Amino acid sequence: MVAPVIMAFGNPQQKEYYLPRILSGEDWWCQGYSEPGAGSDLASLKTRAERIQTEDGQFYLVNGQKTWTTLAQHADMIFCLVRTDSGVRKQEGISFLLIDMHSPGITVRPIYMLDEEHEVNEVFFDNVKVPVANLVGEENRGWTYAKYLLGHERTGIAVIGRYKLELSCLKAVALQQQKNGQALLHDPVFAQKVALLEIELMALEVTMLRTISASDHAPGPQASLLKIKGTELQQAIFELQLEAVGPYGLPFEPEYLDGALAHTKTAEDEAAPFAATYLNFRKASIYGGSNEIQRNIISQMILGL
Amino acid sequence: MDFAYTSEQTQLNDSLRRWLEKEYSFDARKQIIKSAEGVSSAAWQGLVDLGLCALPLPEEAGGFGGNAFDMLGVMQEIGRGLVIEPYFATISAARYLQLAGGHSALLERVALGEIKLACALHERQARHELHNISTRYEKSAEGYRVTGAKTVVLHGAQADYLIVSARNNEDQRATSGIALFVVPTAEVASIEYRTIDGMRGADVIFKDLTVPTSALLQENAWELLDAGNDYAISLLCSEAVGVMQALHATTLDYVKTRQQFGAPIGKSQVLQHRLAEMYMHIEQAQSMAMLAAMKLNAENASERRRVVSAAKAKIGIAAKYVGQQAVQLHGGIGVTDELQAAHYFKRLTMLEISLGDVDHHLARFIAQPDFANTAG
Repeated sequence: MVAPVIMAFGNPQQKEYYLPRILSGEDWWCQGYSEPGAGSDLASLKTRAERIQTEDGQFYLVNGQKTWTTLAQHADMIFCLVRTDSGVRKQEGISFLLIDMHSPGITVRPIYMLDEEHEVNEVFFDNVKVPVANLVGEENRGWTYAKYLLGHERTGIAVIGRYKLELSCLKAVALQQQKNGQALLHDPVFAQKVALLEIELMALEVTMLRTISASDHAPGPQASLLKIKGTELQQAIFELQLEAVGPYGLPFEPEYLDGALAHTKTAEDEAAPFAATYLNFRKASIYGGSNEIQRNIISQMILGL
Repeated sequence: MDFAYTSEQTQLNDSLRRWLEKEYSFDARKQIIKSAEGVSSAAWQGLVDLGLCALPLPEEAGGFGGNAFDMLGVMQEIGRGLVIEPYFATISAARYLQLAGGHSALLERVALGEIKLACALHERQARHELHNISTRYEKSAEGYRVTGAKTVVLHGAQADYLIVSARNNEDQRATSGIALFVVPTAEVASIEYRTIDGMRGADVIFKDLTVPTSALLQENAWELLDAGNDYAISLLCSEAVGVMQALHATTLDYVKTRQQFGAPIGKSQVLQHRLAEMYMHIEQAQSMAMLAAMKLNAENASERRRVVSAAKAKIGIAAKYVGQQAVQLHGGIGVTDELQAAHYFKRLTMLEISLGDVDHHLARFIAQPDFANTAG
């Protein structure tokens, strides 16, 4: 997500340093956008960054808290939206900072999700010193860069290839599960549900290609359609996977899911992840700007309402 | 990949739109619906002069050899203009002649706009099943003898020739034994009626009708019939997208101006999200119309069937949603006959039914081998 921002708005030194490290996987990045009081109303964020002069040079002193930070426990770097001016309209006082996760003053606390996985975190900043060279673009212009990133993020959330894989997995499971003496996939009611998802996916793939081929840069508000339709589809596929295995949705065996056991106790190995995945992915219509926020964006930016 | 129209396509679509706005107003259309003929020869000539009849026909027959993508934009404008002339009937029927080969004298006259055609392919007991045919044909001294009846033939009484399906075996639902004929309308009895979306339909009856050998398009013609019908479906898909786009635009204008509780109703988030939902339905429908056009000539016929049925199902769902919500957002005026938006709704409702509804095409999609074969 951060690479396109550095490519478009970073200075030559930032491009030269960070981009090869992103390409090689040397740096693991996490996203410092959401805050406890600023979810889909992202611009109301409160994490402060004040410029200070020390004998080592100019720094930003960062104080505040980010949340829902995916895999921050493994990250080397975090790209952060911070408030550098609180006396102006909320969108106009935001800056885009690149912060080393190993800096003194950063604390990471886990949040456990419905599948009991440690996937997201709270990240606390207590007088964290960030060199001014880590500012992307201009101070207080961060909202522009943030939205540019969101265009990529929302397009990227619609992972057509993964949905295809999940759909074929759903079909494979439905071919093995039985209903009324035949494969579940051949049950007319279930088959129709699968067909509707497959058709939605066919449409979304073409809509994605149309969106990308129509723009040379980050997709604009059209990315909101991709985000909504992509996440709705993904959630619906996971919902049907869970439905497909019937009562085998109930047993929960994290030891098997973590690879510590070769088989589940029920011997229904393929059914094991479906409930956890279904529960976990209720997040998809919430993150990246909730699907309701995306509808606001379509209404305002595309329909002019 | 480039999904944008070429400059030639844009030019034609724009001229068609301008012509329809100027010569085919909502009021003018109303007069045509009320007229005895139910169609307008002046409007027909206008479409012919724009080159629309020649567009999809092969160059050998004096056509422009336009492909399904050329027809995409044209049919969207036909939808936007709520055209009730026998254009779709003629072009879709011409496709069977074209696929069969020969018949170039007839196709030349179609390209010139001299004659109109219609498809007499559906029977009372068949619902949407195209190979459910009780009309019989047999060899006779003069050629063939055809006996049976077809129902809800769009523009059946306005056409000069009909494409007719008939069989020479007992099994009413078999895909074998089906032949297609081209029959002059003057020689068949027809009962004409209006359709609720402003067009004309007819039931046609063939009673020991004798046709010359030259009237045969093909025997064992199931594949031809199925492929021709898929072409017609792709035309309807594009038309539906045009209707939906026009209806959405009209509804958007309405909610921006209609005042309630001291503000335009479009300021309400509930209505904004409804309009966003309609927009997404239309974008996805547009994508499917494009995909169907792209796959019409797929080498693998089952891939063509799969994608065309997917498109018709998706567009049928979108058509219902967009039509119903547009009426709801207009309020009371939306259910009156004086409002153009209401006529878009009527057309969308009939488009969903025509050539197979959502249920039919979902079942056809599921029946293709790829549905179960793509399990990973």
